[in-house]
Amino acid sequence: MTENRSDRPIRVLVAKPGLDGHDRGAKVVARALKDAGMEVIYTGIRQTPEAIVNAAIQEDVDAIGLSILSGAHRELFPAIMSGLRAQGGEEILVFAGGVIPDDDIEFCRELGIRAIFGPGTPIEEAIRFIRENVQR
Amino acid sequence: MPEERPTPETRDAWERQVLEPFVAKRPERADLFVTGSGQPVERLYTADDLEAQDEARELGFPGSYPYTRGVYPTMYRGRLWTMRQYAGFGTAAESNQRYRYLLERGQTGLSVAFDLCTQIGYDSDHALARGEVGKVGVAISTLEDMETLLADIPLDQVSTSMTINSTAAILLAMYLAVARRRGIAWEKLRGTVQNDILKEYIARGTYIFPPQPSMRVITDMFAFCAREVPGWNPISISGYHIREAGSTAAQEIAFTLADGVAYVQAALDAGLDVDRFAGRLSFFFNAHNDLLEEVAKFRAARRMWARIMRERFGARHPSSWALRFHAQTSGVSLTAQQPHNNVARVTIQALAAVLGGAQSLHTNAMDEALALPTEEAVRIALRTQQVVAYESGIGNTIDPLGGSYAVESLTNSLEAEAGALIERIDAMGGMVRAVESGFVQREIQESAYRMQREIESGERAIVGVNRFQEEEGTKIPILRVDPQLEREQVERLRAFRAARSGDALRRALHALKRAAESGENLMPPIIEAVDRGVTLGEISDILRQVFGEYRESVTV
Repeated sequence: MTENRSDRPIRVLVAKPGLDGHDRGAKVVARALKDAGMEVIYTGIRQTPEAIVNAAIQEDVDAIGLSILSGAHRELFPAIMSGLRAQGGEEILVFAGGVIPDDDIEFCRELGIRAIFGPGTPIEEAIRFIRENVQR
Repeated sequence: MPEERPTPETRDAWERQVLEPFVAKRPERADLFVTGSGQPVERLYTADDLEAQDEARELGFPGSYPYTRGVYPTMYRGRLWTMRQYAGFGTAAESNQRYRYLLERGQTGLSVAFDLCTQIGYDSDHALARGEVGKVGVAISTLEDMETLLADIPLDQVSTSMTINSTAAILLAMYLAVARRRGIAWEKLRGTVQNDILKEYIARGTYIFPPQPSMRVITDMFAFCAREVPGWNPISISGYHIREAGSTAAQEIAFTLADGVAYVQAALDAGLDVDRFAGRLSFFFNAHNDLLEEVAKFRAARRMWARIMRERFGARHPSSWALRFHAQTSGVSLTAQQPHNNVARVTIQALAAVLGGAQSLHTNAMDEALALPTEEAVRIALRTQQVVAYESGIGNTIDPLGGSYAVESLTNSLEAEAGALIERIDAMGGMVRAVESGFVQREIQESAYRMQREIESGERAIVGVNRFQEEEGTKIPILRVDPQLEREQVERLRAFRAARSGDALRRALHALKRAAESGENLMPPIIEAVDRGVTLGEISDILRQVFGEYRESVTV
């Protein structure tokens, strides 16, 4: 029997694709989501798109937060989004943060990433976004 | 009426008769004032605060123990600090152009940024390199790449700093091999490799091997450089990234110096004499926004390191006691909102570094919260430090804030706080243990989270972000790395591999593996290997086989 999703806290995977080790933002967001009552799984740094997709499916998460600061998002985000679709994870709410130029926001939206939280975004805004948009 | 020195009695009288009635009418802006790191700041510091201080012992003179006032007797009156802008992106040829651009505009030293693949020991065609080639720095897989990177740069005249850690031995080997091919004697080379692996586990993340073999590679480099490349700093012990990850100023000092203690101890355990290598240890700190706290931080770090080296390790040579450091302005303090405001932040931070006695300085470009900096943004950043150097006048007298009641008091309180933290780490068995147990990482995460909450609540003001916002975003041009560069780099690498001689290659790899297993110094076989055409990724793979790989255990 599958667990009834609406009975459990929102479950979020915070993931660091690519090779950059700057995880202050990812850890702060993970902690804040946890304090907001969500269940948070943090992947640690240097995750491949495949590893992130697998973790999301196995952990049956409601949302994925991607954090990247190296500029490799244009290559790695498409791989993650197509991996999710291939594995039946298209319902998962995906959002991203880090150093992502404004000009790339449209690119990310077209991939199906629903929100980009750039530097300086209040975490409250991300929390509200997740609560309002997660599919349960 | 005769002038009187303030006493506790006259201070009481001032508080009762002048201050209290004034505050009753016009209250202060807050009940508690704190530094950028959250340390309480007094309304007023006076001679009373320094009463217990023995000036000769705590301050001394510039160029003399304990170096609180600076590491050289003339400081910037002799020579200005080295203006060293960290740069590199895309291919070796493109980065070489940026270096020449900066040198032509008055920069005085090189600072090489490598891409993440190079930093983590993957060639540009490795599966994990996808999308990362040339992104945060230049891609270097082969000696040929290094020759292109350094083309037409006079290696016997510039000093070169390379931000490279796990693969520092390989990149230094390439630099030395290029110099040898050009007929430049190694004694003439000056520069630094960052080579500080402990802070990679703590804050920056480009580790490969577990701590023990990593420490061994580092002590091999200490020994090799002391013997063969005496003008090279084989390590830059870095608080910069610890601060960027969210630490306070006191934690930055404590964790950096505790890392330093671990390296010195490892070198002593490997049989090196402290005065043979200690003079070449260099440091790297963050220059953040709270001007006075930052100046105090640099002064406290110098005093503490001098005492550690002389009293704890028994170093006898003055150059072993002196903490020389590079500073970089704080990346996390830059805002994506109203990016032009960052020029003002960088100016304050540059002042902090210079008032704190830095030996070299990188000033960040205003657009770095958005992307890699454009050429124009980098030029403004360099010009910022030139204005500080040539127009502000602060380099004309040594340690101009020395003796300030406030700065001396902050220096003392940072020293006390950092000292207590170092004692805790010693009690845990040293920094390697403290890192392996996750203690250091947790301390930093706590501080980072606290600061974030202060920003969210508005308690900590950030102009343009939670105060004085603009509705309209500011558009500024940003730099993009052409994805075509990755394909070209991969093709070049494949052609390079195809042209190599199999026998020489196998022999070089075999010698390297033997050295890694036996414990003999790794530098000579790595130099031999790169010279024979072995790539960075191939060397790293051999070392991965012998040393294993580090896996982080994270908790949030």
